[in-house]
Amino acid sequence: MSAVEKRLGWRKVPPGGAISEAGSSALYKTGTWRSFRPVIDEAKCTKCLICWIYCPDMAVRRINDGVEIDYEYCKGCGICATECPVKAIRMEEE
Amino acid sequence: MKRIGLTGDEAIAYAAKQCDVDVVSAYPITPQTIIVEKYSEYVANGEVDTEFVNVESEHSALSACIGASLTGARVFTATASQGLALMHELLYIASSLRCPIVMGIANRALSAPLNIHGDHSDMMGSRDCGWIQIFAENAQEAYDWTIQAFRLSEDPEVLLPSSINIDGFIISHSMEGVEVLEDEAVRAFLPPRSDARAIDPNRPLTIGPVALPDYYFEFKRQQAEVMKKVPPVLERVCREFGKISGRRYGKFQSYGMEDARTAIICMGSAAGTARHVAKALRGKGEKVGVVKLWLYRPFPADELVRELEGLKSVVVMDRAISFGAPLGPLCSDLIGAIYGKLPKLKVMNAIYGLGGRDITAKEIEGIYREGLRMAKAKAPMVRVKYVGVRE
Ligand code: SF4
Ligand code: SF4
Repeated sequence: MSAVEKRLGWRKVPPGGAISEAGSSALYKTGTWRSFRPVIDEAKCTKCLICWIYCPDMAVRRINDGVEIDYEYCKGCGICATECPVKAIRMEEE
Repeated sequence: MKRIGLTGDEAIAYAAKQCDVDVVSAYPITPQTIIVEKYSEYVANGEVDTEFVNVESEHSALSACIGASLTGARVFTATASQGLALMHELLYIASSLRCPIVMGIANRALSAPLNIHGDHSDMMGSRDCGWIQIFAENAQEAYDWTIQAFRLSEDPEVLLPSSINIDGFIISHSMEGVEVLEDEAVRAFLPPRSDARAIDPNRPLTIGPVALPDYYFEFKRQQAEVMKKVPPVLERVCREFGKISGRRYGKFQSYGMEDARTAIICMGSAAGTARHVAKALRGKGEKVGVVKLWLYRPFPADELVRELEGLKSVVVMDRAISFGAPLGPLCSDLIGAIYGKLPKLKVMNAIYGLGGRDITAKEIEGIYREGLRMAKAKAPMVRVKYVGVRE
């Protein structure tokens, strides 16, 4: 995990690319990949959690009884917007 | 030590049996089938304590081998031709994850047209996959190298997979007298595998994660460097094997090179014919030699340069075509090795024997004569010749 942050040179990277500490994917802030941003219309949202189930990056977080998008990791794939049964998610160009 | 009759395939299976392999996963394909057939017989007869994993393809076979190897098991498999091609993506994964798997390959032509006979196209198509690649001339060498390959691959400084290549049918199916070691001698030479990195539920590890442009290059650079550790370990393994067997191996074997003006460089069964012809020609006063390469990857570039010093010309025999490239694969490697170091050495690339086409003593004599002519005449520095093909 520290390996990802420190930008190790080739002599130091672990043989075979094995990672001995858990949680390294959390260090990759994939939000920078996004060209479209999902925006939830709170008035329309029924809090059904379909978007939370479908998001492939676990970038939809549960808050209280509803949902919010974690833009540090959301890649902007739009799956949540497609799957939302009440069209409460709009994809806005970044 | 006793002498028994074994085909090349059987010699590899017999060696693997003595190496106390934990897991074998393989799929039958001509001309390798006898290796896995023999090995499954050992399993069925209770002669080995091996988990034999039956799979539906070579892709799955090597996948199963990789998984098993990561747990610290000693793993063996075998394939040929289309089977090796089907393994292609896993070949890279096995070496990149540093799995010391040993694989027997009965080299065979690639389709199309369909052909089951011997040439080196299959392994040459995978020459950049990060495996240690060894070519054996006969069944004895196949047996000896299989045992040495486990020691070499599993060495903590190496941890890379190895392939032992034999010419399909010519060696895989020909029976020879093979001197085999006692089981105890092999066991003493090759203690059980121990790997501190073996996956273990009590020590979780992530194997094979994604590495994007910010990290992938570093892993590959490291892998390139690991290849350099192979030759010194190989020397050590060969020296120790020589003590228990009386047979001394290395990166290559030379014949007549003390005073040679021209030499043939080749791999596999053609080396026997080349030596036979060289002996006859030397009897007539012609200064010719043979360098038979055992270790193809990593390519022993510096050692070959030293071996070829003083020669006027060299003939590199390739049993494969690198389509669209200026030379065959072995010859390209050699030119890369000698560039700037042996500026006067003339090189002829003889491409021969595709799809199991025999290479005869007469043809090899012709190759030597051309090598000698090239040494004298104002011939070009490099030329390619297809030997034994109808015009
Ligand atoms: S756009 Fe894609 S990544 Fe972002 S929250 Fe929606 S489903 Fe997840
Ligand atoms: S799928 Fe739509 S309605 Fe359901 S929680 Fe997500 S945004 Fe709200």
